[in-house]
Amino acid sequence: MSGGEAAEAFVLEAADLLDQVERALLDLGRDLNDRAAIDEVFRGLHTIKGSGAMFGFAALAGFTHHCETAFDRVRKGKAPASVALVHAVLSACDHMRALVAHRDQPQTTEQSASGQALLAALDTAMAGSPDAAPAVVETAPTAPADDGTPTGWAIRFRLPPGAMANGTNPLALLQELRELGPCTVRLDRSELPPLDRFVPTECYLGWDVELAAAVSREQVEDVFLFILDTMELTLTPLGATAAAACPPSAEVSAPAAAPVAEEASAKPVVRTQESVRVQAERLDELMNRVGELVIAQSRLAQLAARGDHAEAVMLRAVSEDIDRLSSELRDTTMALRMMPMGNLFGRYRRLVFDLAQETGKAIALVTEGEATEVDKTVIDRLADPLVHLIRNSCDHGLETAAERVAAGKSATGQITVSAAQSGGEVIVTVADDGRGIDRAAVRAKAVAQGLIAEDAALDDGEVLQLIFHPGFSTAAQVTRLSGRGVGMDVVKKTVEGLRGTIRIESERGQGTRMKLHLPLTLAIVECMLVRVGAGRYAIPLSAVEECLQLPAHEAAGAGGRNFLDVRGELVPFLRMAEIFHSDRPAELHQKVVIVGSGQLRVGLVVDQIIGNAQTVIKPLSRFHAGVGAFSGATILGDGTVALILDVAQLLAAAPQPTRPPHDRALGEAA
Amino acid sequence: MSAPVQLTRVLSFDLGGEMFAIPADTVREILEVPPVTRVPGAPDFSNGLINVRGAVLPLADLRVPFAMAPRAHDEDTRVIVIEEQIGEQAESIGIVADRVTDVYEMDREAIDEAPPLGMRWRPEFIIGIGRKADRFVILPDMPRIFREYLDS
Repeated sequence: MSGGEAAEAFVLEAADLLDQVERALLDLGRDLNDRAAIDEVFRGLHTIKGSGAMFGFAALAGFTHHCETAFDRVRKGKAPASVALVHAVLSACDHMRALVAHRDQPQTTEQSASGQALLAALDTAMAGSPDAAPAVVETAPTAPADDGTPTGWAIRFRLPPGAMANGTNPLALLQELRELGPCTVRLDRSELPPLDRFVPTECYLGWDVELAAAVSREQVEDVFLFILDTMELTLTPLGATAAAACPPSAEVSAPAAAPVAEEASAKPVVRTQESVRVQAERLDELMNRVGELVIAQSRLAQLAARGDHAEAVMLRAVSEDIDRLSSELRDTTMALRMMPMGNLFGRYRRLVFDLAQETGKAIALVTEGEATEVDKTVIDRLADPLVHLIRNSCDHGLETAAERVAAGKSATGQITVSAAQSGGEVIVTVADDGRGIDRAAVRAKAVAQGLIAEDAALDDGEVLQLIFHPGFSTAAQVTRLSGRGVGMDVVKKTVEGLRGTIRIESERGQGTRMKLHLPLTLAIVECMLVRVGAGRYAIPLSAVEECLQLPAHEAAGAGGRNFLDVRGELVPFLRMAEIFHSDRPAELHQKVVIVGSGQLRVGLVVDQIIGNAQTVIKPLSRFHAGVGAFSGATILGDGTVALILDVAQLLAAAPQPTRPPHDRALGEAA
Repeated sequence: MSAPVQLTRVLSFDLGGEMFAIPADTVREILEVPPVTRVPGAPDFSNGLINVRGAVLPLADLRVPFAMAPRAHDEDTRVIVIEEQIGEQAESIGIVADRVTDVYEMDREAIDEAPPLGMRWRPEFIIGIGRKADRFVILPDMPRIFREYLDS
């Protein structure tokens, strides 16, 4: 790895570490005695400093050193954690991000001044809490209530495979253990592979150490602080299980298993899942290749279906195998692109923390469904719209504490961000328990902006819908948080760009709920293939509601009325052959595919329904970006290209009958 | 009208009775005409899509900017896949040729500017006119032509 690449890798690593530190700081802000959080902050800062210095981020290393020192004192109980300290280090994290981003530029005076100011704030935070009050932090670690202080420890440890490459030195670890007290060290070579499978850079050794010193569990664990998450470590108090603690070094795992499990449940060590960083483009490339494979496979299946001679039968068997493999491969590849929503939600804790500071409101963020997995692209593109929705909720939705108490609510406002999977879609909700949307204010604003006539008759859903109008902003004054008038319309566009929809539910005094309905993945879409004239087109199956035969009296066409009666409901229909200027005469028995989204429905008259297909969406080139109602193209089994219909655009183009009266208090944007 | 660009090695092809040449380094491949999917509502210049080994590419017809009569494809018809930088992005596009003739070194000294008069074509679509064996060779300004149809 060249220096440049290593530095690039560090930039990514630092971003992760800073996220981790930030999370831990926010945890610590909630519970100042959270020992695990203190350790995590310290570990993160220490690594940033160390790696930063190694990869030439001198300013970063220098700055981080001060924060690390502060947390080292907290960790050792020499100073208590305080809210002021959490604030100071959170701000310092932002400065560190800037230092990482601007490594190549010399620090501006402004930057170094802000750095100095942050360090001064840090010093104040540390000084404000005299060393005389360490009791808060001290109690938990030094007096482990469960096992008392044992006379010694049987320590078994095994380093993670890559430990040596990462610069962990087992000798140094053993030396640190020796500093705690007299040690008997036994080497466990049981996992040493035969020479032909030996990888020189891996660490195959394990160690059994008997430490004869009355130290706490934390003191021992501190020795392994930086690798605790990935290593195997078993601590057994000496005396209790002295016999089991030193099994013969040849056979290891089985006899020691029981005490290990007990220890783990007594104090669970969170192990990070092993992961590999892959560039997103490579995943896209892989997805493309797999898409091609799926297409090639369907061609193979078509060929194999012909003929009855022995070879053809064998070919069919092979084709079926490949079919299974390629669809499994596709599922696996899709799974690679899936990321838990928690990745996204984590960022909003800091946002809400800052917003609470700025607005002076007490705000609690509740997140649900972090484990829900969504395509990476969806997550990336959703990040900013969700920021906007959360800001809106904090800024406009939630009342001040005094207003809330007066209204009989709890003083702390709650923002709930949740994700849940439902069939082929993911529903992401941003909800607040604030004042709800003031319809009268929305109306008045829209009239003032000239969006609607003063006497326009709008139902509740339509009033809420106005919020998505470009340039609409309900904020009476433009605040720093929200309300620059670019917002909800951008949110709506982004969601629609992801082939999703957004709904608003809002009740006066009770709060507002924004529900984003999004597809699970963007790469593959289930489609219905239809034929119009000579062309074949794909309609996303999620939009298809039903298929009917076009009644003979409608087929004649040319009537002024293009509405169908579907079980008593008027549904407008579009003759696709006319829209696509097909020069072939229409089929005798035309079909109608009814597509819809929410309350909008439209029938598409086609010549033939071919069947369903899984399609890999290919974007259209810039030559065709704005042409017709197409959202993309796909390659069919026979290798030809078919266009994918953009249902939202077709719906917008079709004349709609008057709304049915049972319209609920729902805004629908699709 | 732009000055002659670094044009040395060119691919020449026939279209509508004229000989054209484009820089060989923009050519990705030459194909027999694959099945073409018509894009309803697209301008005549690029109203088709083709599948080139898993990629969906637009198919452009130079007959449109050069105001030539349409002609059915025959066994000599080829699709030349070229990659051009258009604005910020590189774009792969197939163009139809009646017949691909040659790849050769063109003498840059022998390229004349397109005359402002005496031509039925729009001069801004042409970088210059070269000569090959007593025939004129038109050097089309592909990025300029593509931009024309992207803007509209």
